[in-house]
Amino acid sequence: MSALLPYPLLTASLLVMWILLNGLSIGQVILGGVIALAASLAMAALQPAKPKIRRWDMIPQLVLTVLADILRSNIAVAGIILQGGQHTRTSGFVMIPLELRDRTGLAVLACIITSTPGTAWVEYHAGSGRLRIHVLDLIDQQAWIDLIKQRYERRLMEIFE
Amino acid sequence: MTPLADLPVWAALLTGFFLILGSALTLLGSVGLLRFRSFYERIHAPTLGTTWGTGGVLIASIIFHSVLQSKPVLHEILIALFVTVTTPVSLMLLARAALYRDRSEGNDGVPPFEVAAESQDKQRRSSGA
Repeated sequence: MSALLPYPLLTASLLVMWILLNGLSIGQVILGGVIALAASLAMAALQPAKPKIRRWDMIPQLVLTVLADILRSNIAVAGIILQGGQHTRTSGFVMIPLELRDRTGLAVLACIITSTPGTAWVEYHAGSGRLRIHVLDLIDQQAWIDLIKQRYERRLMEIFE
Repeated sequence: MTPLADLPVWAALLTGFFLILGSALTLLGSVGLLRFRSFYERIHAPTLGTTWGTGGVLIASIIFHSVLQSKPVLHEILIALFVTVTTPVSLMLLARAALYRDRSEGNDGVPPFEVAAESQDKQRRSSGA
């Protein structure tokens, strides 16, 4: 966009945040707008890579899927903790070859994997695109690879690439 | 009189439900942190608290204040957003530090760093043949 609005998404998010914190009134909208604009111009001086979102329509679906998955794994992990030591369970590392290269997409994937109890992002090798995660209740490695790739990576690639 | 008396029963029940859900999950997460044996297992437990643990308390707060003030109070969403965005940063720092230490000390049960390069070579060889 123009020089005045280098990061329209950031400006809009800052304005929404200001209104959420201070209440909706004309004065707050104007003040929040000025601050959001100034902050995003300051951000422009840092010249961060600008994420391109190609498919806005797929975001709500992804958010709902992730929220449901997080709730399900919350229950699963709570169950594991409640069972205590009587239940034999193996945890382990899984290596996932990723095709997703977009930085914002990877950041969102990191948030998803970290926010889901039972899986944790451990390391990512940018050269080969290999991600290593740690899974608390590991039964089938391939199932986890398919899950991450089919459920999240494919959608993130459609949204960001 | 406390402001609680103005709260309708349905809102009180919903608030109570989400508050108990959130705090119970957070408590379970802390119990898990205590109970799990290895570091990599332990990093899973607190995520209960940072996801639906926080989420439950925030939903309860949204319902309670929205009903009492008769207007949507939604700034709790910001807490959820910032917790979700910042958790991976600290978790990755901890996990990578632990992995680095385990690899330098040669501890068992940790995958070597070179695996990535090796399997790539294997792939290249098999696709070339």
